[in-house]
Amino acid sequence: MSRPVALRLPIGAAGGSVTEARLALAEFLIGCDSLAECAQWSLDWLAEHAGLRRGLFFVVDRDRSRLTAAASYGGVPGSLSRLSVDLGQTEHALVAALQRRTPTEVSPATLGGRLRRSPLSGQAPFLAWPLRAPAGQESPGLLLVNPVTPEVSREAGWLAEILGPKIARQLTLQALDATRRRLESELALVQAMINTVPDPILLTDVEGRLVMANARAEALFVATEQDSEGRRRAIALNNMLFSAALTGRVFQGAEALRRELLLVDPSDGSDLIFELISTVTHGPGGDLVIVAVLRNVMDLRNAVEEIEENYRRLGAVEADVRAERDRLDLVIDSVADPILVTDPNGAIVLMNVPAERLFTVPPDAPGEVQVRVQANDAHFSSFLANVLTFTGDRSSRHVGRIGLVEPVSGRPLPVEAVAGKVLSQQGALIGIVTILHDQTEALERERLYAELKQASELLEERVRQATAELVRQNELLRRQALQLEQASALKSQFLANMSHEFRTPLNAILGYTSMLLQGVAGELPPAARRHLGRVDSSARHLLALINDILDISRIEAGKMPVHVAKFPVADLVTELLAEVEPLVARTSLTLHRQVAPDLPPMESDRAKVKQIVLNLLTNAVKFTPQGSVTIRVTYDDETDRIRLAVSDTGIGISPEDQQRIFDDFTQADASPTRAYGGAGLGLSISRRLAAMLGGEITLESAPGRGSTFTLSLPRVLAR
Amino acid sequence: MSPRSRGRTDAASPPTGARSAEPLVLLVDDYADNREMYALYLTHIGFRVAEAANGEEALAKAFEHRPDVIVMDLSLPVMDGWEATRRLKRDQRTRAIPVIALTSHALEGFSQGAREAGCDAFVTKPCLPEQLAAEIRKMLSTHPTPASRRS
Repeated sequence: MSRPVALRLPIGAAGGSVTEARLALAEFLIGCDSLAECAQWSLDWLAEHAGLRRGLFFVVDRDRSRLTAAASYGGVPGSLSRLSVDLGQTEHALVAALQRRTPTEVSPATLGGRLRRSPLSGQAPFLAWPLRAPAGQESPGLLLVNPVTPEVSREAGWLAEILGPKIARQLTLQALDATRRRLESELALVQAMINTVPDPILLTDVEGRLVMANARAEALFVATEQDSEGRRRAIALNNMLFSAALTGRVFQGAEALRRELLLVDPSDGSDLIFELISTVTHGPGGDLVIVAVLRNVMDLRNAVEEIEENYRRLGAVEADVRAERDRLDLVIDSVADPILVTDPNGAIVLMNVPAERLFTVPPDAPGEVQVRVQANDAHFSSFLANVLTFTGDRSSRHVGRIGLVEPVSGRPLPVEAVAGKVLSQQGALIGIVTILHDQTEALERERLYAELKQASELLEERVRQATAELVRQNELLRRQALQLEQASALKSQFLANMSHEFRTPLNAILGYTSMLLQGVAGELPPAARRHLGRVDSSARHLLALINDILDISRIEAGKMPVHVAKFPVADLVTELLAEVEPLVARTSLTLHRQVAPDLPPMESDRAKVKQIVLNLLTNAVKFTPQGSVTIRVTYDDETDRIRLAVSDTGIGISPEDQQRIFDDFTQADASPTRAYGGAGLGLSISRRLAAMLGGEITLESAPGRGSTFTLSLPRVLAR
Repeated sequence: MSPRSRGRTDAASPPTGARSAEPLVLLVDDYADNREMYALYLTHIGFRVAEAANGEEALAKAFEHRPDVIVMDLSLPVMDGWEATRRLKRDQRTRAIPVIALTSHALEGFSQGAREAGCDAFVTKPCLPEQLAAEIRKMLSTHPTPASRRS
């Protein structure tokens, strides 16, 4: 609070004139609106003009409950509001001083502790002047001054006289102002409150004229100059509709009326459906007003529809869930394996029929069935305990074997239990599903498999042994074959060597015999000549044998060379007949030659073909006592083969001997004193030679009916 | 190798024969009976004959007498017939003399080996004396005796 300089200067300048000073102060006080300022100025004035050293100015508050200091002088500055006395304390010196109409001397010592502070301290008394009260009112305040001099007392009395009505008026103004502000704030609060209500709220007079509206209602019913034409029309329409809804219904009763009201949304022109709730009440002035609340039924209707839809959906979902549950029950029951669902504490929540057979006691069941069910329960609980204590991988399956028993029959029932934990989306354990697989068959299969495996191993071992034996035998055979081959090669070599060794002395025998027969050593007697002839033929026979053996050993050793050349067959036949002629000449046999005309030339080993046919011819002559020997040559152009057939009218060969005669050293007559010469190697060699030339020798014969040996050869021998 | 049935050998004896103008045949064979049989027959029909019992002797006789034809057994002691023939055919003095191989081995490989060694003909035992004589005559007719050696 600032001291007005304009006031102090005239006072200071005036000096002694109290009247001038009182006039200046009064002038100031008239213009002063502030109670505190007036009080302070008054004390300052007293100090200046009356010699006040200490002073306090108390004012009664608006509701006249307390007496509180408004200004002080001569003390330590502090909070004036603390210097306060309850007016109810009628015994208090200050309260008592206020009640009187005259000044009272008050000693600070008699005041309460709270008031006894600067400037109300010390022993010196204060003079308490009650302010003059306006007519019919209490004193509005108290002026305490010190020292108690006649001058101070006089001026204080003057001040109390003029300040009383002034202070009282200011107090009244203060009270009015406070009430107005409170009412304004309360109104703003109410306005804010009704504005927060989403439903439009209106207060109208009985004619429907708008008195008050909240923001929502204003949007529907109040137009401003800034609004567009369409919006103003919509608002005007809304006002008409609202008034029409209210008219005629207002006085039907004091209770609220409800009816539907169709309005237009000014912002977009869409329809809005409200429920109008109107109540007639008395306004502040006692006249009738209508409070109307509009509730947006459209939202409500939508909400109701939504709720109904949700309810319907809920019903459908519930039905689905129920059906699902039914299906699940059906599925679980239709599974042949027992299924149990347990809660996290191991209590069975659900089980299918096969599980019930194992874990529930049928009614009227004998005692042993109950015992078995209890045993099953115990086994299953033990398994579940393991599953529950296992805290590793939470989603993994748990597999274990449980030895259960069929309760009714008592048959052992080994099962494999597969348990899976059911977890909520938050990962909490909800339950455990366990399926029991009957292991009886599996165990039997395992046992059979083991037996089978054992048998198979045994078999394998035997096969292994047999294989080893086979390998050993094979090795033995291979060695034997090798030995045989070596032996055969040795034999062939031996035979070749032997034939060489035989020939050397035979050469001398033949040579000397020949020379003797030629008369190199002079003419011989006829008997000696005959004997020498025998030596010669025997030596030649021996040579033939040696040559045959040599041939066989050559063929077997694969050392018989084949020389292929082209030659006419007819010429060969002529040559053959010429060679046999000397033999035939000694018999009564006739030789026939039948060679097909236009024979193509042959390409083969001429010497070998000749050797074979010569052998056949000599045999025929040898074994035919009488009749004829015929050689027939034919050509088959389909097979491109030439056939040389030698037929005789001889003794013939029995069927059982027909194959044997091609073996080594065999004649049909195997007796030691056989009638026919020859080593019996001829046919054997012939057959081997025919094979070398790609051909074969066949025989048609019967005892006493003669024989036909046929050599069949490819015309051209592939080289 | 053939056993010697008799201990005698005339292989080192000088050529025998009626006239020195007749062709000289060198008979090489370790088997004395055969060698002497052929020698007897060839002499009988008019050839001059020299004999040798192995390859080394054959070479010595050939260089000494320059025969008109040599009948060479192939399986011989000391030096075999193939080697002896090769040496004869390598030597300037004896290269032109025809060699008739005579063997009792009838297998194919023998005649082939004999031709490769330089033999001009190949005869297999048993071979009668008259057959050998025919072979010798045939050889002489295709290999005329050089005038220088005849003198």
